[in-house]
Amino acid sequence: MSTVKKTKSTAKKPAVKKPAAAPAASVATKAAAGAQNHDGAEGSGVRRRDFIHVAAVSFAGVGAAAVAMPLVSQMSASADVLALASIEVDVAAIQPGQSIKTSWRKQPVFIRNLTPAEVEEANKVDVGSLRDPQTLAERTKPGKENWLITLGVCTHLGCVPLGAASGEVKGEYGGYFCPCHGSHYDTAARIRKGPAPLNLAVPEFAFISDTVVKIG
Amino acid sequence: MSFPWAQEYKPQGAVSKWVDERLPLPRLVYNAVGAGYPVPRNLNYFWNFGVLAGVALVIQIVTGIVLAMHYYASVDGAFNSVEHIMRDVNSGWFVRYAHMNGASFFFIVVYIHIFRGLFYGSYKAPREMIWLLGVTIFLLMMATAFMGYVLPWGQMSFWGAQVITGFFSAIPLVGEPLRQLLLGGFAPDQAALNRFFSLHYLLPFVIAGVIILHIWALHIPGSSNPTGVSVKGEQDTVPFHPYYTAKDGFGLGVFLILFVAVTFFAPNMLGHPDNYIPANPLSTPAHIVPEWYFLPFYAILKAFTVDFGIPFTGIIIIPAKLMGVLAMFGSILLLFFLPWLDTSPVRSGHYRPLFRKFFWYGLIPSLAILTYCGGKPPYTQWVVLSQLAAAYYFAHFLIILPIVSRIERPLPLPNSITEAVTGKPLPAAA
Amino acid sequence: MVRLIAFLVGLFFSGMLLLGLGDTVITAIKEPAVPSVEAEFHEETLPVSFAHDGPLGKYDRGQLQRGLKVYSEVCAACHSLKLVSFRDFAALGYSEEQVKALAKAWKTEVPSINPETGEPATRPAIPADKIPSPFANEVAARAANNNALPPDLSLITKAREGGPAYVYSLLLGYRDQAGYKNEEGKELLKEFPEAATPAGLHFNPWFANLNIAMAAPIAADDQVTYDDGTKATKAQMAEDVSAFLTWAAEPKMENRKSAGWAALGFLLVFTVLAWMSYKTIWADKKH
Repeated sequence: MSTVKKTKSTAKKPAVKKPAAAPAASVATKAAAGAQNHDGAEGSGVRRRDFIHVAAVSFAGVGAAAVAMPLVSQMSASADVLALASIEVDVAAIQPGQSIKTSWRKQPVFIRNLTPAEVEEANKVDVGSLRDPQTLAERTKPGKENWLITLGVCTHLGCVPLGAASGEVKGEYGGYFCPCHGSHYDTAARIRKGPAPLNLAVPEFAFISDTVVKIG
Repeated sequence: MSFPWAQEYKPQGAVSKWVDERLPLPRLVYNAVGAGYPVPRNLNYFWNFGVLAGVALVIQIVTGIVLAMHYYASVDGAFNSVEHIMRDVNSGWFVRYAHMNGASFFFIVVYIHIFRGLFYGSYKAPREMIWLLGVTIFLLMMATAFMGYVLPWGQMSFWGAQVITGFFSAIPLVGEPLRQLLLGGFAPDQAALNRFFSLHYLLPFVIAGVIILHIWALHIPGSSNPTGVSVKGEQDTVPFHPYYTAKDGFGLGVFLILFVAVTFFAPNMLGHPDNYIPANPLSTPAHIVPEWYFLPFYAILKAFTVDFGIPFTGIIIIPAKLMGVLAMFGSILLLFFLPWLDTSPVRSGHYRPLFRKFFWYGLIPSLAILTYCGGKPPYTQWVVLSQLAAAYYFAHFLIILPIVSRIERPLPLPNSITEAVTGKPLPAAA
Repeated sequence: MVRLIAFLVGLFFSGMLLLGLGDTVITAIKEPAVPSVEAEFHEETLPVSFAHDGPLGKYDRGQLQRGLKVYSEVCAACHSLKLVSFRDFAALGYSEEQVKALAKAWKTEVPSINPETGEPATRPAIPADKIPSPFANEVAARAANNNALPPDLSLITKAREGGPAYVYSLLLGYRDQAGYKNEEGKELLKEFPEAATPAGLHFNPWFANLNIAMAAPIAADDQVTYDDGTKATKAQMAEDVSAFLTWAAEPKMENRKSAGWAALGFLLVFTVLAWMSYKTIWADKKH
């Protein structure tokens, strides 16, 4: 009864009745389709329906995963941080025996001009006896063995070792000493004593001229 | 749940059973938005918007948390940090544009949800509490949106903060001290920006809490429906899942298509160019307007142009500025009283010929006019139009609705939802 | 009781609004609004189209490079581009080496300190630097520009109604005010004799208040020599620099559009599937 009334008033004022009239109008066609589905091949109908639901839900899942990607990747280093990933340092002013601390990727980098004595001391060591076996030559560039460039980050738990600034303790092996847990590094910044497992890391670097070194 | 025929949650397997006995959270979900919640079978697409509003809130919270990882609440750094997000942060432009337009879409969805409630009488007994909580959510949303708009610290951010906190200075005696308390200073500055950021982060979670109450209150009487006729028996309802989850899935798809179209192809369409100029406390933009979703209220604020006083004595009781502020807040607060202003026993506007006329030819046009005029400069034609529309708005809720519900002769209601749907009267057995 | 109070409140608010309406109308009749020179003579943006327009539009790299040349040789003398870094120029189609060279050769150097003495100094820019501003601060900028502040251009196309078309129109919009008529044939100085452009400002009907402090920056053809041999007409330069500034304001536009198409395509399929799922679930339920 009321459905009939509804249709009548719809004709008069379409703008008013549209939202409510739409589902009512589609009832007939839908019901017909539903009946066919139901009365017809029951088994295949069910399977086709299941497939549609599974497809819709899996599509939603894929979409959610696709949206999650940018929401997670936003946390990785932004373009301005990456842009500072390489620096150029002029080392002309560093005299033998001196070292400087500079900053690369917000981490300290030690640039040390080794004296011939320090180079010799580093080369004297029996590489096989080291915890992290490496020669000085492997840690420097050919012809520039006196330029020892390492990260100033202790490989134990990340403190900054002492020994780069003049007057600081250089440890028992004349290189660097980490005061946090007592790691001693030698003149090639190799771990010799204490808890640190590895030598101070050597960043990727290259001399782009005789006195300018590019780190990173 | 109050319907005895609601399906009962049956844990499958030992783990589900173990969980159900200790923390019946799956049971709660099952009864709230699963097969355990019987819903009238005749809901139309307007009933999709509650779920969509929930989705919009989730979009805002997720994108907002991401933005907060990169944003600095500092008067010197806020603007640049937003641009840093837009330019350098991986996919930052996407997150920021989604948040910016997500706010607009949240309001679009909520406005449709509110109009649904207004037309179909969803605020009437026994659903008054749902309505009251809904209006509370709306107020919290407005506060959140306003504070969020301040955060990029552009020109519109700054002057929006200045003007909106200026409302409070209209209050006699305590106005100016109150404004200073809100801002932590004489003008919007670091203190205001920091507290707005703090509250902008907090309030969405408060909103989520009130939404839980809103849904809880909804589950006591169950959902209303387009006929407004109460559920009489099992044949009137279908389980929420899978019937309405499927329908909401489709609605969500349509919503997201529109959201994506705007976010990716016209992301600044709903914004204002001046907010891409860093805040300058020494220079106000030529036309300051709030975000589009505040325009009707802004129009009401501006529509009050004469002081209320005793004629010919020069004594002013309520100055126009204060009255504008009162009316603007009043225009929302009056919604709290709506269940007691509209006393008609018939819920749905379908069966209320007079109410329907006032709704479609009065309320909707007046709000459209207010929205349009709110964004216009104060020229005579816009002022006159918004005064007319605002006068109707107040009259509609406070005068017309109570009278209409008394004098109106509603159309005959169907005996039941099933009858309305099938056109057949109920079998006597049911 | 509630309804009585509501009735009175409604009567009060609506009444005051109608009173206000009367007041507004009377005021409008008694003191009609005076037409303003801006309302009558401010021009809509000139028609111009760009390769990046529309949902499928992409930046024209060659045009952006030409625009950068115009910016660096003309605009950069006064206008900063603070939010853009040299490394961003890779997106204009420059190689890493070219970006480095561009940064190094930039006319303004980056403020720095002398590593020996700590005194203020400057150094050549590197790709990671933001583009250095021509003036150290706002006071210096105003002092050098007759107390007008040249705005930063990083976001100019998003910060002005009309976007790139506004920039284009403004650059080409300098007119001789004497005898200037609008489209309706009204002559500005006859209608508004008091609106003559003050000394030190320049008449430009595309600027909000018609009088802009900036002198016409693009004054003649071939002011810039393009590397790609394009003829540098005034309109060409204005169009190129507008395109460049659009890129500067929205460097991720291309990513945005392509992601948008992917998202739309995906959602369309999802929505169709969801609709079919919805229809099959409801197939046996009348509603």
